[in-house]
Amino acid sequence: MSRQAVGAPLSRVDGRLKVTGRAMYAADHPTDGVVHAAVVGSTVARGRITGIDARAALALSGVLKVISHRNAPRLAYRPNPSSNNPEGGERLHVFQDDKVLFHGQPVAVVVATTPEAAQHGASLVEVRYDAEKPSTDLTGTPAHAPVTYARGDADQAMRSAAVRLEMTYRTTRNHHNALEPHATIARWDGDRLTVWDKTQWVVGTQKELAAVFGIEPDAVRVISPCVGGAFGSGLRAWPHVTIAALAARELARPVKLVLTRKQLYSGTGYRPAYEYHLRLGSDRRGRLIAMVHDIKAETSSYEDFEEGVLAAGQMLYSMPHVRQAYRTVPLDVNTPLYMRGPGHATAAFAIESALDELAHELDIDPIELRRRNEPSEDESDGTPFSTRRLRECYTLGAREFGWDRRAPEPRSTRDGDWLIGMGMAAGVHTTRRNPAQARVLLDARGSALVEAATSDMGPGTCTAMTQVAADALGLTVRAVDFRLGDSTMPPTPAHGGSQTMASVGSAVQDGCDQLRRQAIELAVADERSPLHGADAGDVAVTDGRLHVKDDPARGETYQQLLARNNRTRLETLGSFTPEEPRFSMYAYGATFAEVAVDHRLGLVRVRRMLGVYDVGRIISPKLADSQALGGMVGGIGTALLEHTVTDHRDGRIVNANLADYLVPVNADVPDLRAIYLDGEDREASPIGVKGLGEVVHIGVAPAIANAVFHATGRRIRRLPITAEALL
Amino acid sequence: MSSELPDSRVPPEAEPASRLSRRTFIAVATATAAVGGGVVVVRNLVPGPSPLGTTPAETPPSGRVSLTVNGKRHTAEIDNRTSLLDLLREQLGLTGTKKGCDAGACGACTVLVDGRRVNACLALAVRLEGAEVTTIEGLAPGEDDDLHPLQQAFIEQDAFQCGYCTPGQIMSGVGCIREGHTGSREEIREWMSGNICRCGCYVQVVRAVEQAAGGK
Repeated sequence: MSRQAVGAPLSRVDGRLKVTGRAMYAADHPTDGVVHAAVVGSTVARGRITGIDARAALALSGVLKVISHRNAPRLAYRPNPSSNNPEGGERLHVFQDDKVLFHGQPVAVVVATTPEAAQHGASLVEVRYDAEKPSTDLTGTPAHAPVTYARGDADQAMRSAAVRLEMTYRTTRNHHNALEPHATIARWDGDRLTVWDKTQWVVGTQKELAAVFGIEPDAVRVISPCVGGAFGSGLRAWPHVTIAALAARELARPVKLVLTRKQLYSGTGYRPAYEYHLRLGSDRRGRLIAMVHDIKAETSSYEDFEEGVLAAGQMLYSMPHVRQAYRTVPLDVNTPLYMRGPGHATAAFAIESALDELAHELDIDPIELRRRNEPSEDESDGTPFSTRRLRECYTLGAREFGWDRRAPEPRSTRDGDWLIGMGMAAGVHTTRRNPAQARVLLDARGSALVEAATSDMGPGTCTAMTQVAADALGLTVRAVDFRLGDSTMPPTPAHGGSQTMASVGSAVQDGCDQLRRQAIELAVADERSPLHGADAGDVAVTDGRLHVKDDPARGETYQQLLARNNRTRLETLGSFTPEEPRFSMYAYGATFAEVAVDHRLGLVRVRRMLGVYDVGRIISPKLADSQALGGMVGGIGTALLEHTVTDHRDGRIVNANLADYLVPVNADVPDLRAIYLDGEDREASPIGVKGLGEVVHIGVAPAIANAVFHATGRRIRRLPITAEALL
Repeated sequence: MSSELPDSRVPPEAEPASRLSRRTFIAVATATAAVGGGVVVVRNLVPGPSPLGTTPAETPPSGRVSLTVNGKRHTAEIDNRTSLLDLLREQLGLTGTKKGCDAGACGACTVLVDGRRVNACLALAVRLEGAEVTTIEGLAPGEDDDLHPLQQAFIEQDAFQCGYCTPGQIMSGVGCIREGHTGSREEIREWMSGNICRCGCYVQVVRAVEQAAGGK
């Protein structure tokens, strides 16, 4: 056998495109006759528009049109259940009425021949409002009815528990802040709409545009070959996508709309702020008896956004009694959306901080405490785990990180002015799979083209799919071209939730397996083939050559086979449809952090981190490392820096820019390391993967918070952990 | 790292804005002529009056500027509001330079102006008379050209994921190496901190800069 592509530390197949500036992101696509749009956002958070004066904007050189609810056509806004639009409530209908539901809501759009004129024009549109006092504070606003879960009798068990802890953890709103702003270019050709869009789901955007404009999905094509990061923000088609398409139709010209950095804070989603009240009871040896989770999260007044914040509390640790209530609080804000490790990351901050608090209370090592509460099955519903190797993550992580050097007593290690601490936390994320398809085409030269309508927001979809396809087809990586990001390609689920590899990768595997078998069948049935009469099961393909496994000399190339049979191509459509799960399937990780805290200034610096992951098979180790280290960097942001600040007097976000909304920069990031447990999970997916991109972020913030506690003896239950909190 | 233009850069002594604003231009009229080794592109990049033409539109102040981008000379009449970034992206078709924040906070638009690192979003194009601008497209212009050692190092170290900040990181890294700020990993981290990578590839960016600096 030739060396396998899967598991080899390959560089990205699109690396050259990306380092030369030739990779095409949404706003990069050249479009003849394109004009530019700039959105006017509301300056109140709640109320009605009483007047719009666009005369000054229209008088500006280059300005072509100003569109608002006063002159916009009515749009269909059909229901679109196959989307990430929340089930409860109704999406914002742009320019359809005079209502203002949040600060920064699009109330008009200016279209002009240049971006400068559009932007200047937008600043000249005068909008008058009848404003009401908005409600934007999670604390003190009435909540929706809760989503609940219970097993045993948690309240009763709490009363009899030998050890009881009660804490409230708070997390702030975080914005995805991918470096690429959301952007859309829209063009109508008669009744057909083409958009170049920043999206994690071309099929999702296609369906949403069809629903909004009341046209058939086939009349909409969405193209998105490169996505400049997204972390969840591209899982829905936001109002600006509609605005671009609407403006293009009204002007009968292609329109480019790039949201400003400021507009991204109100024009796209975010990780909602939470208040997570947790009570736990255990015995004196640290065996958990009960947990009661009362969870509140922000949502908008018009849509009820919910995410998977409950799962970890039900299955991460063994205990007989659990009660959970998850309430969303409708506020005069735009709707949140999934952000890396959605729900799970928030739950991990509360639960993993609480475990650390219990460990300290009982004077038990935090890892030992977790071992004592490791379940043998998923106690949420009694299903067995497909694979769950958290214990190994702890053992390996402790050894590699030097956990034995950690003095148990907090505030006992110093380095000059710096207090040094070590912390760890577990992370868990649901393994998701959804139906996916992939087209595989082998041409007469023996090269393969594999296509699926998936995306690559950074993990390296093109590279990893190429590796899977190369091995399944018996080709070198160079002979495989994987393409994505076009709604005319075979449909796939959204590129998010760590489901791309498991879902699309399995469809690619299936399509390539079918094609390889098809070629082998053709050869063994062909009297002129050296493989004629061979058992198909004995034939393998290596470097594009079909041969008998035990007799490699007997064979021929794909090229020879196709030429002799007058075939210009072989083509298959691979598919993956997940079976009803019989197992509890999750990806797991353990994150270790060492921090230094300046005892006078309260500054926190992360000194080193290690993540150990149980995520099934690793397809592309070099890229996996980037994803894992990137997840840790994101976690440093959540733990220490990121905080969207709203002025509750008027509902305005006051730090809607990258100078005041802090994200980690190079100087914030020390050496980081990731380790993956060898193995695969065939229950999770035919190719053995469980999903990596989310779990690497989950558990990072609590590991850092626990390290801060170990360094200082101060327990900070609110993120981000700032210098002020430590002074 | 400097995000300011060289001190010698002054606004061009063009006609006063008040006189220019009386002019009428046809939007995006382009004339191209080859001169010597480079190409002089004469364009009119100022928006004209609204084609709807209902109100007499004011033409924005503009100025004529000649600058060299990746070895090619461009002469253009430019809307004074146009940033170097928008000139590159929207008018010269050089979309390799990215807009991340349009406010000098993220570094995605980093280019070299007369050899120095500059945030192209903060540089007004009309102020760049005579400037030599190098963008990502200038490092390895042809599809088959050898990559710049730092481009190659970015691929080998996997110093990017989504790739959106990458052109800015690489231009910044070229500047960082040229400035000699690569004595240690700590120094590289510090001098590469003007370029945000939201995917979090900082460890790999440092390795790539270290590799390219070491191979010089």
